[in-house]
Amino acid sequence: MTAVSVRDVSVAFEAVRVFDGLSLDIEQGEFIVLLGPSGCGKSTLLNAVAGLLDVANGQIWIDGRNVTWEEPKDRGIAMVFQSYALYPRMSVRENMSFGLKMAKTPRAEIEKRVAKAADLLQITPLLDRRPDQLSGGQRQRVAIGRALVRDAAVFLFDEPLSNLDAKLRNELRVEIKRLHARLGKTTMIYVTHDQIEAMTLADRIVVMKEQKIQQIGSPDEIYRRPANLFVAGFVGSPQMNFIKGRLESTGEGLSFLAGDRHLPLSSYPFVTTPVPGQNVVLGVRPEHLEITGQGLWPGFKVDIVEPMGADTVIWCSDGTGSLQVRTTGSRRAAPGDNLTLHVDALQVSLFSAETGDRL
Amino acid sequence: MTAAIEPQGRRPRRLTAGRIGVYMFLVTAALFFLLPLWIMVMTSLKPMEEIRLGNILSLPAAMTFDAWSKAWSSACTGLECNGISVGFWNSVRILIPSVILSIIAGAINGYALSFWRVKGANVLFGVLLLGAFIPYQVFLYPLVRIFSLTGIYNSLLCIVLVHVIFGLPTMTLLFRNYYAGLPIELFKAARIDGGGFWSIFLRVILPMSTPILVVATILQVTGIWNDFIFGLTFAGRENLPMTVQLNNIVHSTQGERAYNVDMAATMLAALVPLVIYFVSGRWFVRGIAAGAVKG
Repeated sequence: MTAVSVRDVSVAFEAVRVFDGLSLDIEQGEFIVLLGPSGCGKSTLLNAVAGLLDVANGQIWIDGRNVTWEEPKDRGIAMVFQSYALYPRMSVRENMSFGLKMAKTPRAEIEKRVAKAADLLQITPLLDRRPDQLSGGQRQRVAIGRALVRDAAVFLFDEPLSNLDAKLRNELRVEIKRLHARLGKTTMIYVTHDQIEAMTLADRIVVMKEQKIQQIGSPDEIYRRPANLFVAGFVGSPQMNFIKGRLESTGEGLSFLAGDRHLPLSSYPFVTTPVPGQNVVLGVRPEHLEITGQGLWPGFKVDIVEPMGADTVIWCSDGTGSLQVRTTGSRRAAPGDNLTLHVDALQVSLFSAETGDRL
Repeated sequence: MTAAIEPQGRRPRRLTAGRIGVYMFLVTAALFFLLPLWIMVMTSLKPMEEIRLGNILSLPAAMTFDAWSKAWSSACTGLECNGISVGFWNSVRILIPSVILSIIAGAINGYALSFWRVKGANVLFGVLLLGAFIPYQVFLYPLVRIFSLTGIYNSLLCIVLVHVIFGLPTMTLLFRNYYAGLPIELFKAARIDGGGFWSIFLRVILPMSTPILVVATILQVTGIWNDFIFGLTFAGRENLPMTVQLNNIVHSTQGERAYNVDMAATMLAALVPLVIYFVSGRWFVRGIAAGAVKG
């Protein structure tokens, strides 16, 4: 069943169109992450779903109802913000029960729900404190708790972890994932610019850039089969290597050619019919470049070595361009060493140099 | 235990010529501004015989509070001789509703302008600001005509209304700038929690407004208390505020000018703003900074 459906939605600030004709269907219980650089429109889209922004065109459906012109409180949503947005003059308990009080929920019911949410998030001992007496992580827990008591069908997260330090971010990320699993049927829409959050949390990732959806797919799909150069470059750290070249017909079928290096593409799963002679960009993830004794591409020199513990990133170049190679943490290399690299045509991505789209 | 490591080199000297110069300037400036106050207080405590001697800086030889009590209860303001106390209570009656109403109006305006995307909000705000910069005198005659036509001219209601109207631009600006500094996400969270225009204002925004409420109160109390021209024009004979009464006392003497009474009356009239400044100095500075820098 479709939980949230964004149909051909346009949003405008004053006279400026923010985005046009955007459509997106989200299944019930799905964890959707809107991923993109700042200013890509992901938060605007979330605010439009929440009803905090008026749409200029199109419709928004939640749980089979057209809610385009409904007030935020009537949409069956709950929202968690980057800055926590806790009411500073209220205790944690009052913060969590404010929405229920506004909805004239009976007192016993409010207490029951607050107690349940507080228990789930382990914030029961904090209930009588004020927000300024809490740490950042505790505040965001309370904010999640405030969303939780609403019993909403759809949860909206607007960069909820961006204000936290790295360690807390990891902890809360896992907790949000656990929460989603435990709530079962609750749909979650999560906005972030952090690809790790996107990869780890999402059932499906929506990659956005300049107010347009670039690709919708599972984390695996986004990572392995990026739809265009932007997605390929935005997702993955260290970044995907890009090599400019062109397609050539050889005896064994099509090949990728860049200078005197080539890569036979007989096993590459083309999505469009390739044209020999076409200018293309080859994308290879750093972990798909294999350091071997004898490989396709000899003659690389180690430039810089970055040990990262679990693995090592080696920057190497052949005079024309530089590549990043990700290899095991135990590998030792020194600047100046000679390397031979091997690439598997099944693991690479080819993009049109003209449009940037996947071939 | 290891020996503490001392900083090396010559310590910077505490007292330099420049520093001494600065302090001298500050002390001189302080004396310059305190002198009038000193003269006023001393004169008000002297009997007239002593004032006639002309030593305006000297301490009173025979200290007396006669001038103060005369100024308060029996100095003549024109034909009546009831002192400035009448004006004091008039001012209080004007002050309290004017301050409360103008702050409420300004807070609601500021809240609506900064959180709710009202159509034409920017135009409205621009017009309000314009109002803050047009000299009051321009409005006097039209307002007198309007109030005459509606029949409330020369009444307490009239003067309160005038203070509320003229307080609106500054109060709106003050509150709008303060609210612009609050995170918009708080407002969004309250919207999702089901708050409406009034419930968000009363339960979320107002409890966070203490600093700016204090500042607004200070500004309005001192401003309205010190007002002369509106009181004179709109309040009517029965409600003339203290400032107008003070003017009448000073200008309605026959024969010898009672300097000690004039000084005492002036001190009495200045007492309310003085107390406000002394009690709230810290808040006052903070609020002016908050209102001026942000926005």
